[in-house]
Order: sequence, then C-alpha cells, then structure tokens
Amino acid sequence: MKQYLVLAALIACTAQAQNRSGLEFASEEIRRLQASDAENPGMLWVDQGAKLFAQKCASCHVSMKGVATRYPALENGRIVTLEAKISHKEAFAYESDELLALTAYIANQSRGMPIKVSPPAEKLDAGKKAYYQRRGQMNLACAHCHEQNWGKRLGAETLSQGQPNGYPAYRLEWQKMGSLERRIRACMFGLHAELPAYGSDAMLELELFLAARASGLPIETPAVRR
Amino acid sequence: MALARIDLPHEARRGELVEVRIVIQHPMETGFRRAPQGERVPRNAIHSLACRYDGAEVLRAKLSTGIAANPFLRLFLRATHSGALDLRWLDDDEVQGAAQTRLVVSP
Repeated sequence: MKQYLVLAALIACTAQAQNRSGLEFASEEIRRLQASDAENPGMLWVDQGAKLFAQKCASCHVSMKGVATRYPALENGRIVTLEAKISHKEAFAYESDELLALTAYIANQSRGMPIKVSPPAEKLDAGKKAYYQRRGQMNLACAHCHEQNWGKRLGAETLSQGQPNGYPAYRLEWQKMGSLERRIRACMFGLHAELPAYGSDAMLELELFLAARASGLPIETPAVRR
Repeated sequence: MALARIDLPHEARRGELVEVRIVIQHPMETGFRRAPQGERVPRNAIHSLACRYDGAEVLRAKLSTGIAANPFLRLFLRATHSGALDLRWLDDDEVQGAAQTRLVVSP
C-alpha cells in the first residue's frame, strides 16, 4: 500500500512538471473553435499568408514544413524570431496583417510538430533571469503565475503555463490574430510594468527562453485563445 | 483585403441536406471604440449579406455591430444539382466583398 502511495506521488510530481499547452486550460467552446478549420477564424490569416507566400516567397522557397519548430533561432549569436526571419527581404511592420498572415501560414505548416529549440545554456540566462524577475506595480514575475500557480483561477480565467506554442494566435479579446510579442506585452500591461518594445533585446531573450521551456510541445498555429 | 472561407462537403448526394459554414474577415467596428490617441474609430460593419446557389437566393442576412469581428455564419441547403455558391456582402464603407465556391452533387 505504502509503495503504491509513493508511486502515485511520483506520478503526480512528473505530471506537475509536464509542459501543458494553453489549449488545455481553455473552455470547451474555444477548444472546439480551434479544432475545426472551417470555424477557426485564424485560418483566414493562414489563407491570406498562402497567397502572400505565393507572391513574395515562392520564387526561392517551397515547403516550410518544420521550419517554425526551430524558431527563435540563433544566427551569428543573435536571436532571430520567425517574424524577423520572414522580414529578411521585405520589412513588414510588427502586427501588420501581412506579417501575421505569413507567420501564421508558415507556422501552420508545422502544426502538430514538437518545438525544438535548444540553444546553449548561457544564451538562455538573460531570458531566464527576466522570467524570474519581479516587475511592475504588481511586483510579480512571469513564474509567479505561469509556473507556481497555473491551473488556478485568476478572476474569470484559468492561469495557463504561458506556453508559446499556439502563436501567432487568434485571441477573442483582440478579435484578430496577434503575435507572441503582443501577448507578452499584454501580460506586462496587466502587471503595470514597462512594456518591452517589439523586437527589442529584452523581448527576444524572453521569447527564446519561452521556446526552450516549451520544447516538445506541438505547434498549434492558428490557436484560439480568450 | 476582403477574404472569406466557405466550407462545404467535397461532394453531396442529390437531395441531401448540406451544411455550409462561412467565416468572413471583417473588423465589424462598432463606432464606439477609440484609437490609442483618442480619436474615434468610425463605424464599419457588414450590414447586408446574401448567398446564392446557382442564381437562386438561399440566404439573406442583415448584420450589425452586435456581431463580433470576423463573423461566422452557418446555413443548410438542399443539394439539388451542381452549381456555384456565390456569397456577397456590403459594409458601411460601401465596400463590396465576394467569395465563390462550387457545390458538387453526384446523381
């Protein structure tokens, strides 16, 4: 009996440490919306991205399957997000429909494939530090909600682990597609903290850490979130 | 960019009831929101929409600002013969949107 209890406790511990997608914390209706391509409004951006890709990218690139699993990547020591990589030829504005559409289309081709981001440990230090750094008038770090208290309620919402695997995602609050950077800024706004600028070092370091932390989780783009 | 997705079964049998699912990319601005600098965002919502099946109207809808952005509509129609499904809508900016697809009916 005692052995069984120890075993049960061990299983509970590993379950606790496991990565869980934001989808698992979403309501039944939202999960249904995400599951059906005919109803998921994020597919509008995927469609638009397919058109743009054919126009602007298809002369060099063919399949983008699996590409999104490797981003953010390190290039000559610098952190490059999928959005930044897409802008390598023609610079698109952050959160423009064009950039969101192309990112969604490319990430969608890796849907179901696990995130594989494993940079050298020293490259993660800055992002990790930011993740555990208290900030804003709320004086909270990312970890306080998304590591120590996920699964519990915060007002009407269930705290998720804050995993990035569904982004760019369609958020009902935004009534449109949005990037991970926009989502991170929304979190910082809630903390009454300074918002890191789009594409800034602070943002990139945090994104790299989040992707490494989410390694193994399947990509869900276009995810639907509240 | 006016964009819509129309979802149909690949093929329907004659006389079958077919489910059509439509998602239209549109902001459905209420006119009550303000931009970051405080200026009003003008109302712009789809106000009328119609769907024709081989020329015959099968759906006409009046939409308004109470409907969320990127509206989703579902309709059922009786598959009688193969034909074009033609969706058209008009918003407050008098911008006409359109999307077409084809319903294939096996005899």
